[in-house]
Amino acid sequence: MTKTIFQLKDVVKTVNEDTPEELNILDHVDLDIHEGDFITILGSNGAGKSTLFNTIGGNLRPTSGQVIYKDKDITNMSVVKRTSFLSRVFQDPKLGTAPRMTVAENLLLAEKRGGHHHLVPRKLKGEMKRFKNITAKMNNNLDHRLNTATGSLSGGQRQALSFLMATIKKPGILLLDEHTAALDPKTSQNLMDITDETIKEQNLTCLMITHHLEDALKYGNRLLVLHQGKISYDISGEDKKKLTKEELLTFFNDIQ
Amino acid sequence: MSLIISAIGQGLLWSVIGIGLYLTFRILDFPDMTVEGTFPMGAATAVTAIAHGVNPVLATILAFLVGCVAGLVTGLLYTKAKIPVLLAGILVMTASYSIDLRIMGKPNQSLLGLPTLLSGKFLQSLPPYFDSVFVGFVVITVVTLILIYFLQTDLGQAFIATGDNENMAESLGINTDNMKIMGVSVSNGLIALGGALVAQNNGYSDVNMGIGIIVVALASIIIGEVIFGDLTMNQRLVAVIVGSILYRLVLLLVLQLGFNANDLNLISSILLAIFMGLPAFESRFHLKHVLKRGLKND
Repeated sequence: MTKTIFQLKDVVKTVNEDTPEELNILDHVDLDIHEGDFITILGSNGAGKSTLFNTIGGNLRPTSGQVIYKDKDITNMSVVKRTSFLSRVFQDPKLGTAPRMTVAENLLLAEKRGGHHHLVPRKLKGEMKRFKNITAKMNNNLDHRLNTATGSLSGGQRQALSFLMATIKKPGILLLDEHTAALDPKTSQNLMDITDETIKEQNLTCLMITHHLEDALKYGNRLLVLHQGKISYDISGEDKKKLTKEELLTFFNDIQ
Repeated sequence: MSLIISAIGQGLLWSVIGIGLYLTFRILDFPDMTVEGTFPMGAATAVTAIAHGVNPVLATILAFLVGCVAGLVTGLLYTKAKIPVLLAGILVMTASYSIDLRIMGKPNQSLLGLPTLLSGKFLQSLPPYFDSVFVGFVVITVVTLILIYFLQTDLGQAFIATGDNENMAESLGINTDNMKIMGVSVSNGLIALGGALVAQNNGYSDVNMGIGIIVVALASIIIGEVIFGDLTMNQRLVAVIVGSILYRLVLLLVLQLGFNANDLNLISSILLAIFMGLPAFESRFHLKHVLKRGLKND
């Protein structure tokens, strides 16, 4: 059994508190994430997937319960502090990169994620060759556009860059929030393959929200289904490998 | 000829203000109204200090520091008290009017017969108006070189990223509040420095000298951008300086056409509106296309 790296303990997030519309978008969620887990997360709109990510990322404070990283209570730790071990890729390619800065400048910033930004020269020139090698792996011509402002890249290139930026400095936890959803099928497939490769290569711990049942089945070692703020399905290892799309669909129909 | 030299000198002195506003308006990407207050505050500080016997160089540095503090207040109101940035700036701008009166003890203060940055022996030996060209050039060169260095540091890059994509900056661990506070503070320091220079060049300081400053500063930024188009960050800073000089030359032209100095604020605003609206008109009426076709038919 591998080590537990991240835990949610009885986490509740309530919205519209003390009104008739009071609702628990996270309803007493317990979750243990083990080192090296690649967890795919399914759930209909409003199931609490984004709230789950925002709670892990620190954008939202839980109404009650604890968030624990490596045996340390981080429930009240700020977003900025959490970036020292946590990185994230958003669905919208525009959110993950600085449009007026070049590809190389973005990568350099990402490499210093969670560190201090001092009044010392950034030393970009010496890194260009290394950045070229890293970006070449993305198979989308990004390596020839290192000095281009990211605002003029295609959505696919921007999203590939966002993913690179999230993994260039190895994160303790990687959150992928439907990061291929805004891309065309081919570009999306390319990025998904690279994602899977990178996670295996670096042995990353990763949570990935997706709306594709196929992707949720194909990738990762564990699958969660969120429904009405609860984890209604949690399957891993051999059981997940045996799971078929039909079984998953039946399960979805049953909970609706 | 001497009018043109004077305009260039003015342009160089005023470019400090353009560069200061560039930090907030273009890099952090928000309009900071504090500048209308920090410009006369810098002037009041420097002039009063000189009148009390302080060395002009020290008085000018003091003006910069006072501007930084005023900017710091705006930054704190904006980031910590969550007051919208436009309003936070207006609050500090309004308050600074009273502070300027406190500093000077009266609505205006003359520098007649007092030493200034421009009254050294060497500067007075130059042909008329070259003193402001020289001082303006030295100051703006130093300011620009420091900024260019700063923007290439880790801190500078974090600063740029904050204005470019705040969400991303935060997710990379950049404390965006601190970046904004730093930016507004230094920006207003530079504006106050500009105020100190302009007051010493004019020979007096007046509590009302801040009206329309933001338009003047914006004009130098926008003129530079419209003329030079796509540039790197460092080139953009130089474009602001050139824009500032061109703006002074345009004003000179306008005065030569028979308008008087009281019309300048109106003319500046109209010029700025035209320059800022140009891209929108261009795409709406396909100006480039029409112009090209017009040229072909000729």
